[in-house]
Amino acid sequence: MRREPVLRVVGKLLIPYMLLFALYVQFHGDFGPGGGFQAGVIAAAAVIFYALIFGLPAARRLVPETVVEAMVALGVLIYLGVGFAGLALGGNYLDYFVLDRDPVAGQHRGIFWVEVGVLVTVAGVMLKIFYVFAGRARPAGE
Amino acid sequence: MILEHLPALQVTVPLAAAPLIVLVRQSTVAWGVATAVSWFAFAAALLLATQVAGGGPVSYALGSWPPPWGIEYRVDALSAFVLVLVSGVAAVVAPFAWRSVAAELPRDRVYLFYALYCLCLAGLLGMTITGDAFNLFVFMEISSLASYVLIALGRHRRALLAAYQYLILGTIGATFYVIGVGLLYLMTGTLNLADMAARLPALAGTRPVLAALAFITVGVSLKLALFPLHLWLPNAYAYAPSAVTAFLAATATKVSVYILLRFYFGVFGARLVVGELPMPEILLALSILAIVTASLVALWQADLKRLLAYSSVAQIGYITLGVGMASRDGLTAAVVHLFNHGITKGALFLLVGGIALRAGRAGFERLQGLGQVMPLTSLGIVLAGLSLIGVPGTAGFISKWYLVLGAIEAERWWLAALVVATSLIAVAYVWRFVEAAYLAPPGAATPQPGEAPRAMLVPAWLLVAACIWFGLDTSFTVRGARSAALLLLGGAP
Amino acid sequence: MSVASHYSYWITVLLMTAGLYIVIARGNLVKKLIGLAIFQTSVYLLYIAPGKLIGGTAPIVAEAFKLYSNPLPHVLILTAIVVGVATLALGLAITVRVRETYGSIEEDEILAADRDDPDGA
Repeated sequence: MRREPVLRVVGKLLIPYMLLFALYVQFHGDFGPGGGFQAGVIAAAAVIFYALIFGLPAARRLVPETVVEAMVALGVLIYLGVGFAGLALGGNYLDYFVLDRDPVAGQHRGIFWVEVGVLVTVAGVMLKIFYVFAGRARPAGE
Repeated sequence: MILEHLPALQVTVPLAAAPLIVLVRQSTVAWGVATAVSWFAFAAALLLATQVAGGGPVSYALGSWPPPWGIEYRVDALSAFVLVLVSGVAAVVAPFAWRSVAAELPRDRVYLFYALYCLCLAGLLGMTITGDAFNLFVFMEISSLASYVLIALGRHRRALLAAYQYLILGTIGATFYVIGVGLLYLMTGTLNLADMAARLPALAGTRPVLAALAFITVGVSLKLALFPLHLWLPNAYAYAPSAVTAFLAATATKVSVYILLRFYFGVFGARLVVGELPMPEILLALSILAIVTASLVALWQADLKRLLAYSSVAQIGYITLGVGMASRDGLTAAVVHLFNHGITKGALFLLVGGIALRAGRAGFERLQGLGQVMPLTSLGIVLAGLSLIGVPGTAGFISKWYLVLGAIEAERWWLAALVVATSLIAVAYVWRFVEAAYLAPPGAATPQPGEAPRAMLVPAWLLVAACIWFGLDTSFTVRGARSAALLLLGGAP
Repeated sequence: MSVASHYSYWITVLLMTAGLYIVIARGNLVKKLIGLAIFQTSVYLLYIAPGKLIGGTAPIVAEAFKLYSNPLPHVLILTAIVVGVATLALGLAITVRVRETYGSIEEDEILAADRDDPDGA
């Protein structure tokens, strides 16, 4: 796959735009369809696309296994962190109203960070699933 | 500050422990975090129970959005009781798991086991404490997915198929539950359980509400392993790692019974479920079938773990028998047996875990002469077995007592006789163990003399002692169960 | 309100029964998972279709509009889809392990292998 010129060129053209689109979907979740889940899957799809064209070892060099596993855990911790921040600032758990002086801005801030956590975890999980399935040795005779 | 946020911390501390364990990766630290979190959850549950006993239900609004717009965590007499059971079992199984898991799982997977254990615990606690129907589904799936993986980690290759079968049936059950909740949401416009209970009486006879009741019943019955939807349970319990079997047997099905009670009496209301529909009769019939057939099948099993798994199906039948009676004594019996069976089966599976460590498997050919080779373990199994039968002086007797009282109060003498008669079948399958362990000389497959390590024996015997204690001093269990039953029959959740 | 205008519910019922039938009637482990996924998809439709109110606009508050569609089912179903994806991934992971252990993903072959060699590791 690495030697195919068409795939290589198209891949190198498209992958940056895929990642940019993932960020667009992430940040425009307030105003249109979007948010953390969708953005995470698109970001993971960009890396999987890279792996399909340039091979799994190259993708593993780009995003190592330990980083992926750390991403899965970190995203959940970011989400929980926002919850505990609400506790620390005097409200209930996952209280966004207290995250800023203006409650509405607090809501915006809370949703933003929660979606960042979701993005990181979903991208990590999708990549981990791909690495686990694609990285298994083929059974003898195939 | 911690006290007022206890309902949220009860769930989020175990939930936060899981990604922390994944980041840290080291097995001993993973075990330490899991044990600390289980003990914290137990302390939190006890504090919440005392708060509820003293001051009435505790309501906590997540995100400071007031119910019914926001998700509400609600601790009342019933949920506090179940919280104490789940966190108590977790607090005992976590120290046990150190040696057991180290022996049964490859070293590089141990930290993942503890992460999943914390997730499962968080899911079960969340299911119990939440007052929102869809939030309940989310926690249900968190705990279920974690338990599918935990079961698949078993040593034997059949653990994979057992986990797969549980996955298919469990997901169908959860999806049926979601369909039921969807229909209820379409009819009432709310997801908050208390708000639903207030709005449903006006809609009680309509077809979507009845359909919702049917879907939720079938969905929860799949999770609860009510006959004939119990087919996943024997394989799942027999092939899972010992710590997993002990934890799930004592908690997962009990929380599903809690959901059934909450929806039947707390949301739909006794007037609809008991008064207008034949639910009590259906539950009675299915429970009797469960008790009789599962006890009889347990008699013929060649492996002690499978025998205890079928015994679990039968004991769940006793719990749903109490629910089916739908009277004050019947519901007290159901809730009390929920607790007593939890600790009894927990004790039994922990002891069998010790046997599995020493003997590799718990087939009856390896149990010959176990009384001489592992005396403390065998004695523990016999005592817990007495609780399973319902001998006076053990916890099991209290549950059977209230079941018989409920049957006599409803003037169903045949039911009281049936409860006593089926206990005799339990005598038969406990006798199988006694016969193998004490009346036969040690055979070729019996392990060498030597008990399981103390780290495993002490938690197991703690639960055995609890079986005896709660059989003699019933103040906590019966008082808790009675207030839960009165709460359910009183109408308001 | 004719029978035909409830077409979303008819499709829901069709998907639900088709999914359940596949889970029960097919012995291949992957096909069962596909049936399960179809069954779960019918539930998404059950929630979302009634959320769109006739004449309702997107749920963003604006001066010119009085009737808004319900955004809550979308949020619920987003969660349910993610749960469905996780379940599917888990089921497939177990299927891969079963294939490596037993050499087959047909249920009857696996059960036969277990009957013939009950103590196989």
